[in-house]
Amino acid sequence: MKILAIAEQREGKFKKTAFEITKAAKEIADKLNCEMVSLVIGSAVESIASELGGFGATRVIVVDDPQLNYYSTTAYTKIISEIAKKESANILLLPASQIGKDLAPRLAVKLDAGLVSDCTALKIEDGNIIATRPIFAGKIISDVKIVADVQIFTLRPNVFTAGSSNGAPATVEKVAVELTQADFAAKAVETKVAVGRPDVTEASIIVSGGRGMKGPENFKLIEDLADVLGAGVGTSRAAVDAGWRPHDEQVGQTGKTVAPNLYFACGISGAIQHLAGMSSSKCIVAINKDKDAPIFQIADYGIVGDVIEVLPVLTQEIKTLLGK
Amino acid sequence: MKIAVCVNHVPDTEAKVRISSDGKTIDKAGINFILNPYDEIAVEQGLQLKEKFGGEVIVVSLGGDSNKETLRKALAMGADKAVLLKDDSIRDSFAVAAALADALKEINPDVILLGKQSIDYDNSQMVGLVGELLNLPSVSVVVKLEIQDNKIICEREIEGGHEKVESQLPIVLSVQKGLCEPRYPSLKGIMAAKSKPIEEKQIPAVNSKVETISLRMPQSKAAGKIVGTDSTAVKELVRLLHEEAKVI
Repeated sequence: MKILAIAEQREGKFKKTAFEITKAAKEIADKLNCEMVSLVIGSAVESIASELGGFGATRVIVVDDPQLNYYSTTAYTKIISEIAKKESANILLLPASQIGKDLAPRLAVKLDAGLVSDCTALKIEDGNIIATRPIFAGKIISDVKIVADVQIFTLRPNVFTAGSSNGAPATVEKVAVELTQADFAAKAVETKVAVGRPDVTEASIIVSGGRGMKGPENFKLIEDLADVLGAGVGTSRAAVDAGWRPHDEQVGQTGKTVAPNLYFACGISGAIQHLAGMSSSKCIVAINKDKDAPIFQIADYGIVGDVIEVLPVLTQEIKTLLGK
Repeated sequence: MKIAVCVNHVPDTEAKVRISSDGKTIDKAGINFILNPYDEIAVEQGLQLKEKFGGEVIVVSLGGDSNKETLRKALAMGADKAVLLKDDSIRDSFAVAAALADALKEINPDVILLGKQSIDYDNSQMVGLVGELLNLPSVSVVVKLEIQDNKIICEREIEGGHEKVESQLPIVLSVQKGLCEPRYPSLKGIMAAKSKPIEEKQIPAVNSKVETISLRMPQSKAAGKIVGTDSTAVKELVRLLHEEAKVI
């Protein structure tokens, strides 16, 4: 048995998930008493590879090629499946990020593997990996196992904790995989990433506003609090449907499923489809006028009051606390 | 242009989903099923491609007779014909993809569209599985799309932004909200859908690679502390977040 852990990087910097995956792989490797190897793919990424050592990697394979300056589904699929075969790896871990979710099914077909997506926990029972994953956006939790020789799991970002680096080194091996034009049948040619606030799927704090914000102009109050905390901005379906906010901020069953350390639900009543997408947040704060709003049933802390009045005071108080 | 759209029949987002007595499946009793919202966007995109380039839109679904409701909805929106891959058994994503890929091979479309995920099991696997099984390129979570001759340029959603991807037809695409706004079926469309064909096909069994051990309801949280009723409570809230929950 051998684990291959895929560490995602963007523009030469590891995503937080890279450390989460490494740590999770190490824990499983210890429990199954098997080897693990990490894989980094990109252009000019050799220098960052050893950072994974601090999270439990001892051996890191790097496929470093200028053609890989942008993500390519087809090229990455070829590289990972070739390395997996060469290493005889039979357990693959990827992040359930946009790249990981894109790659994992293609790898599953290439490697004749079983695939479990978006896991929130992995445990070992009788030598088998049992994966926990929410379904129906978290309304139900399922425990599943793979019945195939090769097993692939994608892990939900922000759920598996990486902790901080212990500074340990790792052996870095550069491996060449031959790539031809045909391997780039689908290739990114440009990325446009908004600088500033983190995406809700990656943020460790999210400030979300709903219909109780009364209008798009009041979302400035949400953004102000988010910016003081370095948080992502989320919203409810009601606010997206009203045209107040873009759909990529939507949290819930037809939006994004999130699990931050801290979630502020501001003027959000807590429709079942919103709760499904955020109820696994570690700490939930609700600010809402209606004391009977369902959001208060899952909130750790609540203020039953006018969100428009409370938010500026909250932003100021946190600013003071953080010395900003 | 020949366009195939894969559609799934799923519980409504408002549904309170319950677990069956076997502990492994969902109790379908009393639940309203709908065309998967992301697949509805895929149908709309298919119709817009047909309006631009001509051709036909074929919708494909795998499941029992009840999936015909969802196929009729897509036909009412304007799809030309429908294929139902009849199967009431429990399949994992791979077994579903294998059957879809077989049917799609026969249809031989230029563009295969599907939703970025099904809102029941949330696997987000179908686009990649079908793409790889058919040995076609795939792009997932598409929010913008342009086709010229054989070339396709899409934008897909990534964390915090978009990624522009180039590829060639034929291709498999999974679509995300924002790509287009699904139309409501017109009365004429609903009437016309009644006479459009739904071809039923029997499909071979495929072994699943993932087995469900058990389903459970999420742990319900005890309701928390109401700190106050106006902005005077803010000081205490921030203290609790800092000292008790230790999250800021």
